[in-house]
Amino acid sequence: MNKNKKILTSSDISRKIVRIGHEIVENYSDISKIVFLGIHNRGVPIAQRLKKFIKDLTDIDVPMGSLDITFHRDDFRERLTMPEIKGTDISFNLDEKIVVLVDDVLFSGRTVRAALDEINSFGRPSIIALAVLIDRGHRELPIRADFVGKNIPTNDGEHVAVKLKESDTDEGVFLIFGDG
Amino acid sequence: MKVNKLDSKVLLKNATIIDPLKESQSKADILLVEGKIAEIGKIQELDVIKTVDCSGLILTHGFCDLHVHFRDPGNGDKETLESGSMSALAGGFTRVCTMPNTQPTVDNPESINYIIEKSKPLPVHIHPIGSVTKGQQGVELSEMGLMHQAGAVAFSDDGLPIQNGLVMRKALEYSKMFGVPIINHAEDECLRADGLMNEGKVSTRLGLVGNPSIAESIMVFRDLKLAELTGAKLHIPHVSTAESVKYINEMKNAYDKITAEVTPHHLFYNDKHLENYNTNLKVAPPIRDSLSREALIKGIKNGTIDCIATDHAPHTVHEKETTFDLASCGLIGLESCFGVVKRILADEEGVSLIDIIKLLTISPRKIMGFDNNLLEIGKEAELVILDDEERWNFQEKNIESKSKNSPFINQDLSGRVKYTISNGQIATSS
Amino acid sequence: MFGHKHFLGLENFPREDIQKIIDTAFEFKDVLNRPIKKVPSLQGVTIVNLFFENSTRTRISFELAQKRLSADTVNFSASTSSLKKGESFKDTAQNIEAMKIDAVVMRHPAPGSSKHLTEFIDAKVVNAGDGTHEHPTQAILDMMSIQEKFGKIKDLNIAIIGDINHSRVARSNIYGLISMGANVTVCGPANLIPENISNLGVKVNYNIDEVIEWADAVNILRIQRERMGIGLVPSNREYRRLFGVTSERINRRKKELVIMHPGPINRGVEIDSQVADSDQAIILDQVLNGVASRMSILYLLLGHKEESTNEG
Repeated sequence: MNKNKKILTSSDISRKIVRIGHEIVENYSDISKIVFLGIHNRGVPIAQRLKKFIKDLTDIDVPMGSLDITFHRDDFRERLTMPEIKGTDISFNLDEKIVVLVDDVLFSGRTVRAALDEINSFGRPSIIALAVLIDRGHRELPIRADFVGKNIPTNDGEHVAVKLKESDTDEGVFLIFGDG
Repeated sequence: MKVNKLDSKVLLKNATIIDPLKESQSKADILLVEGKIAEIGKIQELDVIKTVDCSGLILTHGFCDLHVHFRDPGNGDKETLESGSMSALAGGFTRVCTMPNTQPTVDNPESINYIIEKSKPLPVHIHPIGSVTKGQQGVELSEMGLMHQAGAVAFSDDGLPIQNGLVMRKALEYSKMFGVPIINHAEDECLRADGLMNEGKVSTRLGLVGNPSIAESIMVFRDLKLAELTGAKLHIPHVSTAESVKYINEMKNAYDKITAEVTPHHLFYNDKHLENYNTNLKVAPPIRDSLSREALIKGIKNGTIDCIATDHAPHTVHEKETTFDLASCGLIGLESCFGVVKRILADEEGVSLIDIIKLLTISPRKIMGFDNNLLEIGKEAELVILDDEERWNFQEKNIESKSKNSPFINQDLSGRVKYTISNGQIATSS
Repeated sequence: MFGHKHFLGLENFPREDIQKIIDTAFEFKDVLNRPIKKVPSLQGVTIVNLFFENSTRTRISFELAQKRLSADTVNFSASTSSLKKGESFKDTAQNIEAMKIDAVVMRHPAPGSSKHLTEFIDAKVVNAGDGTHEHPTQAILDMMSIQEKFGKIKDLNIAIIGDINHSRVARSNIYGLISMGANVTVCGPANLIPENISNLGVKVNYNIDEVIEWADAVNILRIQRERMGIGLVPSNREYRRLFGVTSERINRRKKELVIMHPGPINRGVEIDSQVADSDQAIILDQVLNGVASRMSILYLLLGHKEESTNEG
């Protein structure tokens, strides 16, 4: 039996995103150079929320794209099923931009590594930063996030699931015990 | 399979004896003394050295195949007269006729002598067929007279059709002096062109060049008319198409020196079985569609087709383990013949066992002019003992031929040869 | 899930899997339009391009697809005449497999040869054209090009014009297009169209003008010069007059007609230059789509660990 524990509610998530938005605006003097790239699947709606927040706050429309890192994953020799390809959608030039990569959970760092490779196919940004809603530790690569909603240290056998109303029925962050 | 010399006195006990010549069936024992039939009836076991229990088994004439390729002389890697005779014994055959498309061609009396001399000690009676034309080139007649004197039982350029109608006519006319049949591999080479399989729906799907059925039937028709014109004996080998059956049937009403054979593989398969490009089903003439297959079966039932012949054609592994276009034509068929024919004709088509036995015994012997009265006191034992009920799965280990190019491997067959007795020897299936 | 070990042909190939290949090919086409056109999806995978027939275009298309996927590739060109003499097809196949490779892309003049290859080796096999049988990657790129142009394949009227009898492109296109719900008509000299082709679900029409009027797109096959002069096609000019997609014929039509050709083109025989170079022709789009389609197929076959899979 898996027992799931809700760590963050929907309003908690909104507050975390607002805080990350503030930090981003504070951190970069030239907001017009910022672009958001959401990593499929749940990095995309989080990036959309950040974009909307910054538009409300500064009236600047930050360009936004999405990244599908399937072609850059390093686990194809292990995986049994083909992941569904969502496609990368970047309709602007990345050269000299400040790219804020957005994902829901930072764990091993392998997804971010693949995302960095994918970005490299599109150009040479001046800065790439990483914003995540949850950092649950257990890094396997030398990667860290610049903007973190919440650090949730996890043990073996624990997982973190982020559910968002854009893609799921419920919204919240859950700690999952067991293999679920 | 084990082959042993017959003991001086052997009792074949409790056999169900089917004599296809006398069309009789009875339960009896047969005593063999020094390889000859000494007594038939209820026999007391006195000083018998060996008894073969034939309870529940059918005893009948040894099978005769008038169309095999033993590749001897020339291709000992595929088959020899020795290995071919083992293959024949395993299939219940005690008498076979070998085709002359060897290397060199059997187109002279010396080659006929070679086969006859080399076959003498072998357990199976081997009769050479001489070629119609020198080197099977289809141009000049070979020494048919001298070959006939040396023991050739028929003439054929099998493998290569005699394209030239005049050559065929002259050959038929010439053969009349010897009273033996001409056997022409009937395929019009121009119409066949590069055909690799039967032309039809399946060849279109597979992208393989088609060999149309008319390539055969048009030459069968020519040969029938030439036979009628010349008054010669014509035997049509490996009939494969519905139209050929039709023409033969029509001509048989007008002219009686025509006979025809069909192979087990043309009875068993249709061209849909080639979907996996199985090179063991590449054969000339090709496996036809199901309509032709049905016509062949009908032709057997109504007597248009006289006999079964295997066209046993050994090829090495590397000649078959290649792409379909490059693979050699032909397949081996002696060991599997009875199980295939019994399954198709008896189990599926309701032909009686005795009629099937006739197709394998008295019919081919009659075409070739061989002795047919085999179940007589004093005759050399030339017998086969069958389990007509046994269902079995044909395996490579059942093959005695040097070559293994059989499409029947892993097929379920019905009816199995248990013992073959011929030329003083007895073969026991394992 | 893509449960195929090999990619040998489109006959009986499931419609949803064809769609999956096409959809994935569009993703790879996006990759091909990036400044850096390479992804590491097949890093460490070794693929042999085994070509027993000259085909510069198909080989380059495959090679490029493999390089864009970061696979290691080796090209092996052999003439079938050497096969006929000594080493058997099986020997060649097993020799190559002994070098520890993951997949073989094979072009061979014998129908069924790619199927035979799967019997001799464990590596995955992609059919790059087996004689007059199938050329499934060409059909995928043709269908991808159709979908790109029309947004769909279903219910479109597609004509295939030329030597249907000897064409692997025609067979694979017929299987694929019928499976995807298109209406297919074949058109060409009656002695180059098998009588029973309608069993595959296509219509036959020997009148090029009617076919051009009917079609949304025409796929024009190269008329092989070898067919000329052996009684099958009397002359180039007769072929052009009876079956050529000429500018006069195209101009007579009111609506736009999409023109496809697998190449190489015989200008002035099966197609006029003005037609081949017109805006209606998507011949060059087909070339890029060919790379994307082959990336898609290789990725779907090789981009995951093998489990028990169906052949096909």
